[in-house]
Amino acid sequence: MDFARFFADLWTARFALLEGVGMTLVISVLSIILGTILGIGVALSLVYGGRIQRFVVRVFLECVRGIPVFVLILACYYLLSQAGIQLTPFQAGVVALTVFCSSHVGENLRGALLALPRGQTEAAKAIGLTFRQTFVYILAPQALRQAVPAWINTAAELVKASTLLSVIGVVELILTTRQIIAIKPRPLEFYFVAGMVYFLICFSIERLGRRAERRLALPS
Amino acid sequence: MTTPVLEITDLHKKFKEIEVLKGVDLTMATGDVVSIIGSSGSGKTTMLRCVNLLEDFQQGSIRIDGEEIGYTAAPERRRRKESEIARQRSMTGMVFQQFNLFPHMTALGNVTLGLTKVKKLPKPDAIAIAEKWLERVGMAERRNHYPGQLSGGQQQRVAIARAIAMNPKVMLFDEVTSALDPELVNEVLNVIKSLAADGMTMLLVTHEMKFAYEVSRRVVFMNQGRIDEQGAPEEIFRNPQSKRLAEFLKNAKF
Amino acid sequence: MGYQLNFAPVWRDFDLLLSGLALGIGMALVSVLLVGNLIGLVAAFAMTSKSATLRRIASIYVTTIRNLPIYFLMLVAFFVLPQQLGVRIDKVHAFVGTLSIYAGAYLTEVYRGALLALPKGLREAGLAIGLTESQTRIWVIIPVMVRNALPALSNNFISLFKDTSVAAAIAVPELTFYARQINNNTFRVIEVWSVCGLIYIVVCYVIAAALRIAERRLAIPR
Repeated sequence: MDFARFFADLWTARFALLEGVGMTLVISVLSIILGTILGIGVALSLVYGGRIQRFVVRVFLECVRGIPVFVLILACYYLLSQAGIQLTPFQAGVVALTVFCSSHVGENLRGALLALPRGQTEAAKAIGLTFRQTFVYILAPQALRQAVPAWINTAAELVKASTLLSVIGVVELILTTRQIIAIKPRPLEFYFVAGMVYFLICFSIERLGRRAERRLALPS
Repeated sequence: MTTPVLEITDLHKKFKEIEVLKGVDLTMATGDVVSIIGSSGSGKTTMLRCVNLLEDFQQGSIRIDGEEIGYTAAPERRRRKESEIARQRSMTGMVFQQFNLFPHMTALGNVTLGLTKVKKLPKPDAIAIAEKWLERVGMAERRNHYPGQLSGGQQQRVAIARAIAMNPKVMLFDEVTSALDPELVNEVLNVIKSLAADGMTMLLVTHEMKFAYEVSRRVVFMNQGRIDEQGAPEEIFRNPQSKRLAEFLKNAKF
Repeated sequence: MGYQLNFAPVWRDFDLLLSGLALGIGMALVSVLLVGNLIGLVAAFAMTSKSATLRRIASIYVTTIRNLPIYFLMLVAFFVLPQQLGVRIDKVHAFVGTLSIYAGAYLTEVYRGALLALPKGLREAGLAIGLTESQTRIWVIIPVMVRNALPALSNNFISLFKDTSVAAAIAVPELTFYARQINNNTFRVIEVWSVCGLIYIVVCYVIAAALRIAERRLAIPR
């Protein structure tokens, strides 16, 4: 292994690599944010919605969770262009990952809300809080706290799923790496670099997550 | 003739097909302390929970200070709007068997929440009232503690402060010592006794017979969804008229 | 728009889809059920062993793999490793190997949790009647541990089965690969992807139901 030559190549490729990493991060962050917002809506529909609403959302949820994320990405990519919505691969990919994220966030949040003891709602009612007030001041804070570990997990899963967007042509880190290797054939070295980046990102998410959990924990 | 503070008339309630309350009548004047005793399934907790509409009821009426609770008067009998019901609920205060403190708020936070969000008091006023009542139940020193840091008895006392700080017309106690370790029961009972001595109107469901005997002005014995007997503690405990009550008291080892 | 639903092209090649499904299930069974579980059990015991070295190795394995995307690992196994080792590796073998190692890391966590949740007295009771450490492990610890871990194992198996779809990206002829092929040949996008999706949903549902029955059958009576 020729380190000097490798580092020279690495240096030459630095901008491409940084762009690739940047794209991976943009995809992930965008999908996480949009997916979480959608996921909150999903959870609220499942817990407080009317019968039809709950049924529709439940069907949607089971379908999304039953298919692999790769199939979701491919389906979004091909289907959306067929439906006349002209999306770039990036946009189609983010849509797919957003839907994927929302299914996880929705299910987790629903679980967290349902796990809250009934006594909390009763105590809130007893002092005269309206449903909106009960949800905002009593239920949501507790449910969100409960849902943080699972959410951190989902975020890491999304970063890992972003790699699949390379298959539909989005130039994120994996595709960038492959492109670089096509020019400067050092597969082991460049894949190692890419692997380290993914490891660092996911590991940091996990670490930050645990720190956040500790900060949020109630004193006992 | 002054309006009774609480007037329950011909209360009927069904759970699915089973009738749990079969026509209950109860009247309370301001300052009354009424204990409800009876075996599990007698409907006592259900009746209590109807008063602040945590349970709905199909027939009968409940009036607090003359105001119809939960439903408009017969024959119309329409369920009131949720915001209306929320307001009516703030006229009573309830203390639960499982305390049900909000774990993500301090003791002070638990007490001030209703004052700021329901009574819409400004924060400093709310804090002042909250601190007064926390002091009253002996929890002033721990006002910045979270429920997770408090013992069962301490939590229940905060729960009492939370309910009473709302200045309710009637305080409802639902077996508030049943979930406590024996050595913590007395600290809570003593707080309730002193509140009663101050003239608070209270309706208590309890298993603590000795306590009921000491603190109540009237004791009500419920059996299978009806009030079998009611009267002064002396009468009920020393001189039970109905056979069921006598049997119940024997088993309760009073 | 004028898009007429026409499932015929999909039905014509339905056998391809099914053969792809069979391959996917087969790969999942080998990688996850067989090899993955073995790795998971071994690594779980390693992580809770007295030897700090064993603990360290297992921990590094689990942490590394769990923080890497499976697509990435698959590319490394298929493109980098053969070149470095100088051998030619069949796509399916490369993927099965990757999924096994990937599954192993996740299953290690499941087994480790199950192991830690066991009452301490269990091992001691085994030793007390004269079983060796290994015998205790095989006859006492593992049976109880696996039964307790069944729900988590089921969830992981289904999730890892879905991960077999990633193999399509290196042209392993599994379900997603054929779906994509049909899509590119016939452009019946709605039809092929809804059928493909439906197959996955149904299969996952069936697996989940089957595993639930297995759980109940194997559960320790309470």
